Amino acid sequence: MPPAAPRSGDAIFASVERVNAELFTLTYGAIVRQLLTDLEEVEEVNKQLDQMGYNIGIRLIDEFLAKSNVSRCVDFKETAEMIAKVGFKMFLGVTASVMNWDADGTCCSIVLEDNPLVDFVELPDTCQGLYYCNILSGVIRGALEMVAMKTEVTWIRDMLRGDDAYELQVKLLKQVPEEYPYKDDE
Amino acid sequence: MIGTGKIKQYANVLDKPLGKGKQEVPSLSLASLFVSLSAFAFLFSELVQYNQTQVDNISELETRLEDAGYAVGARVLELLCHRDKGNRRETRLLGILSFVHSTVWKVLFGKVADSLEKGTEHEDEYMISEKELLVNRFISIPKDMGTFHCGAFVAGIVKGVLENAGFPAVVTAHFVPVEGQQRPRTTILIKFAEEVVCLGVG
Repeated sequence: MPPAAPRSGDAIFASVERVNAELFTLTYGAIVRQLLTDLEEVEEVNKQLDQMGYNIGIRLIDEFLAKSNVSRCVDFKETAEMIAKVGFKMFLGVTASVMNWDADGTCCSIVLEDNPLVDFVELPDTCQGLYYCNILSGVIRGALEMVAMKTEVTWIRDMLRGDDAYELQVKLLKQVPEEYPYKDDE
Repeated sequence: MIGTGKIKQYANVLDKPLGKGKQEVPSLSLASLFVSLSAFAFLFSELVQYNQTQVDNISELETRLEDAGYAVGARVLELLCHRDKGNRRETRLLGILSFVHSTVWKVLFGKVADSLEKGTEHEDEYMISEKELLVNRFISIPKDMGTFHCGAFVAGIVKGVLENAGFPAVVTAHFVPVEGQQRPRTTILIKFAEEVVCLGVG
């Protein structure tokens, strides 16, 4: 049987079970507030959010691969497009675009057109250093690590901090060669 | 700048239209209304796991989940009162209960709760039951965690709505076995504070 054709982000999102985005937004808000209360330092909260995202990412990649039918991406450019067009769409229902490639194709920006995490949110003066959506960067980092790509994901623009968009920079650090836990023909 | 044309900026979060929600029309994209269930499940699982690292026992864990839910409930009440209820909120006991059972449930979980009953033994107790609570969908409780119930989060939401509407109550989530069903259903038990009952029902 030939492999099933890759599905578009829209098609997947239309077929999966969905929940109200406001429940999602408010729950995320509750998590961030808990972290701010518990950890006190904004820096620590950023770290914890990133860690939570990473935990999600390493599990989420399985579901992504299972539902999207995508095969191996030929290069990092295709990977980035997959994340933006299929990944964000199938989980959050939003579209993102990829831009600002560097010359050797290892670093790009993912710009979110819509961000369900931030409805109803405004950063108070005491939290100016907070990367409110830091969980997203963790998710991307975790998911890519599971497909053998070490990346560094940082926020370039954040509307909560007064910028005009949400922009994540994804930088490919290295591709880890596949290692099998067993030896052939021994 | 490229790709940013669609984003509208508001100087203040309060200037943003409340939009969304009830006026769901087919032509409106699904996107702004929903996220995938898995996205929520992943997030909720992180909430539970993080809180597990912060507590020593099950009841503390439930309290922390309840607190998180409470924060959600308080905001949901405010949001829905402004958007769906024409800036009014229920002031009668039965009114607010049915608001939770129908309006809140419908918005948050996409359906009206399975049932709303009055406790038979106590005048001040009400129960909202749900066959399969959304937050429990992908959760299985390890044996050593005994009576732990992730519904504590939903109990917190209910408590947040009730308390901020002026009906303080103790709200807890329980598993209730159902005959012939493998999975127990969830009952959210609401026990109103004394002053609420003194006011007289309705």
